[in-house]
Amino acid sequence: MRTVIFRTIAPYLSALMVLYSIFVLLRGHNEPGGGFIGGLIAASALAIFGIACGVAAVRRAIKVHPMSIAGFGLFMGAAAGVISLFTNQPFMTSQWWPIDLFNVQIKLSTPLIFDIGVYLVVVGAISSIALALEERESD
Amino acid sequence: MTPAVTDETTLLAVLAPFAAAVAAPFLTKWFKHNAAWPLAVVPALIFLHFTGFVAPVSEGQSFVAAVAWAPSYGVNFSIYVDGLSTLFALLISGIGTFIILYAGGYLKGHPQQGRFFSFLFLFMGAMLGLVLGNNLISMFIFWELTSITSFLLIGFDHLRAASRRAAIQALVVTGGGGLILLAGFIVIISATGEIEMSVLLASPDIIKDTGLYVPIFLLVLGGAFTKSAQFPFHFWLPNAMEAPTPVSAFLHSATMVKAGVYLLMRMHPLLGDTALWTTVLPLFGGVTLLVGTILAVRQTDLKLMLAYTTVASLGLLVMLTGTSHEKALEGAVLYLLAHSLFKGALFMVAGTIDHEAGTRDIRYLGGLRSAMPITFGAACLAGLSMSGLPPFIGFIAKEVLYYGTWGWPDFGLLITVVAVVGNSLMLVIAAAVAIKPFFGPAVDTPKHAHEGPVLLFAGPVVLSVLGFILAVIPHTTGVLFIGPTLSSLIGSFTEIDLHLWPTKINAPLILSLITIGMGIFLFTQLDKLRAFIAGTLTAIGWGPDKGFDQAIAGIVSLSSAITRVVQGGKMQTYMALTFLAAGAAVLVPGYIGGGWPAMPKMPTYTFYEWSIFLIAVLGLISVLVAKTRLTAIVSLGIQGFAVALIFLLFGAPDLAFTQLMVETLSVVILALVMTRLNLSPRDHRNGVSTLVTGAISVSVGLGLGLTLMAITQQPFDRRLSDFFTEYSNSIAYGRNIVNVILVDFRGIDTLGEIAVVALAGLCVLALIRVHTKKTLPEDEVIDPSDTGAKKEAV
Repeated sequence: MRTVIFRTIAPYLSALMVLYSIFVLLRGHNEPGGGFIGGLIAASALAIFGIACGVAAVRRAIKVHPMSIAGFGLFMGAAAGVISLFTNQPFMTSQWWPIDLFNVQIKLSTPLIFDIGVYLVVVGAISSIALALEERESD
Repeated sequence: MTPAVTDETTLLAVLAPFAAAVAAPFLTKWFKHNAAWPLAVVPALIFLHFTGFVAPVSEGQSFVAAVAWAPSYGVNFSIYVDGLSTLFALLISGIGTFIILYAGGYLKGHPQQGRFFSFLFLFMGAMLGLVLGNNLISMFIFWELTSITSFLLIGFDHLRAASRRAAIQALVVTGGGGLILLAGFIVIISATGEIEMSVLLASPDIIKDTGLYVPIFLLVLGGAFTKSAQFPFHFWLPNAMEAPTPVSAFLHSATMVKAGVYLLMRMHPLLGDTALWTTVLPLFGGVTLLVGTILAVRQTDLKLMLAYTTVASLGLLVMLTGTSHEKALEGAVLYLLAHSLFKGALFMVAGTIDHEAGTRDIRYLGGLRSAMPITFGAACLAGLSMSGLPPFIGFIAKEVLYYGTWGWPDFGLLITVVAVVGNSLMLVIAAAVAIKPFFGPAVDTPKHAHEGPVLLFAGPVVLSVLGFILAVIPHTTGVLFIGPTLSSLIGSFTEIDLHLWPTKINAPLILSLITIGMGIFLFTQLDKLRAFIAGTLTAIGWGPDKGFDQAIAGIVSLSSAITRVVQGGKMQTYMALTFLAAGAAVLVPGYIGGGWPAMPKMPTYTFYEWSIFLIAVLGLISVLVAKTRLTAIVSLGIQGFAVALIFLLFGAPDLAFTQLMVETLSVVILALVMTRLNLSPRDHRNGVSTLVTGAISVSVGLGLGLTLMAITQQPFDRRLSDFFTEYSNSIAYGRNIVNVILVDFRGIDTLGEIAVVALAGLCVLALIRVHTKKTLPEDEVIDPSDTGAKKEAV
């Protein structure tokens, strides 16, 4: 599997895929996409990177254990739901804070935080499985 | 006179021990064992608070206070203060005060003393919540809380196996009984529609009129008998002596084990005075009384002797409560009070002897009276009260209970004989525990015996002296404590008049004399008696305690047998069973209900739609004909991508997108699993096996297909779709309805799902780690694609 071409291209491909996954995540509210799909794309990016350059390289690149990413995502998802409790609304009532940046309206909101949480959970969980399975190939 | 207290402070009084439990470790860190002094203030204040209720309650008043807990279910944190609960609250907080002090002295220097105080306070709070509880559900919660906290207390010395076993045993027996009680409470609630004890007590016949009296009676009994250690559930109580002595003194005098008696007394107006009640309770109570005293005589360990007499006393109380005879009930209440005082004191005495002399085996104790004069005094007073000699509260109790049993028209003679035998054996134990270690020549004890510190003797002295004081003011005791409690038991206001000295020679007095004479005679024969009982028990060989171990071992081997069957460790079996179940779930209802779909009309498709269908089918065929496993996995991918394209063509881009990614990852992960496991590249199963799996696959596919067709042929309810379409952009500011549903409208579902994904990831990770160490047998495949594929259903 580790041909020179694959090994050379894989890092760029992975970077591109991660970038694209974030794009898909953010456009999700209005166009096809969202946290789940984005997460899957990012997880495949990491899997490809792992197959090409070894698991150690991936673990170095993402700094933390992928399961921690999943855990943090779950925390973000739950925390996004808690915010509404402070305004005396039921759990997970969405809150919106639209801001104007360079004449473009960006709608920050708890569903966005929640969706990022979903993204992180999927990336973390799937890639930790994939990396664990790839591990033996590299050693 | 009105109580100088409001409803809120009473509610807070119940919760105060829980606050103390939080503070205890910090105080113990700062003040070491002297933290007992400030901590004991908490139960002392609670005690003072409840003394405010004594006067109004003795006039027949009762009080109710409540805070909503889960109002939609009618569950409130509510309390009901009447004679019975006041007596119990006073005993719990009063004795609790001295237990805290005693624990300060007894566990002086123990590294976990703060934790011990915490557990004691948690237990105290649970007990208070239970005896003051008005709402059945909150009563149950506190009931189980006493089981859990007593588990912590009994298992406090958790490094010893005996301690752990005793704790688990107590938890299994009393916690299991608690579940039976919950069932009883639920039946009461659903049959009567009432959830508050005070409301139920206002109409005493409410349960008897439901027609469900017998099941309710049996279920409540299941709770009470396990908690109050009635034969054959008595075995956990002596084993619980593994706990440090302050725990034994608290749990087995006024609290834990009395909870069952409390429940029976509390329910007496509702359940009592029926043929069933007056047969079952005296029977079990009487047997428990005899078994308890006989087993007590056999012991030589001070604590164990006391423990078995506790079992016996509980039997006596249940027997008396079971008569539903007013005078016998009065005897029960008096004995309850007397027992709490002398048993609390004697346990602490036993603990002090153990602490100061280094042993609590009566064969190695003697002549301690000069070394431990204060403890000796307290032991004498408590021992005399336990023996039922004047002028102590135990004597009054015995007189009244004999009067009650003798006067009971049903089986009066029988239970009187049981009571006399039981009480005379009780006297033997009292003498052996309270007198024997202190008299006779001084014996060399493991530690040089001397008087304990004030923390250790404060409790026994106060409790045993109280047993004397309450007896010399019998009228006041009767009016303030016994009368109101008796009123709660019989459900109507009663006034009683107690005397210390019998006014004339009557049956109870003669019975008392017989008891004392028999007791003294048996005490002189104690060693012979002990040897005889020990011999008999060895001959029998089996007891409920052993039975408990056998039952637990049976459950363990049963569950491991079941596990071996259902978790055989063969992936192929798991998958086959899972899909068989899935196939049955979709096919059987259609077969029984006959809801097969009609043959749909063939729609017209364009050529490219046809060609995608064709690719999907070709993918499937190549899975079937694939020579190697890897080819099969990749071919499955072909089919998956074709399905993704179909989703795309029919207007579900999100679904298509997800399907595409899931397929990609499934193929990648399956391929990785393949390289990781030492599978042979080819599938070597024989024809039969292939046929079976083929049949299962076809039936699942067919079933799902038919179900889908049947569903789509139903008229489509558009309410949800319309709602989502209409409001997606206007209230959730998103045009992608699928995503808005996922992250906003049904966000909680998604939260649950991502929790599942994260957990599944963790589990797979753990499985991979486990299997790295040893090579796997063939076919044992972990299928991680499950985690990704489940989302397709959204």
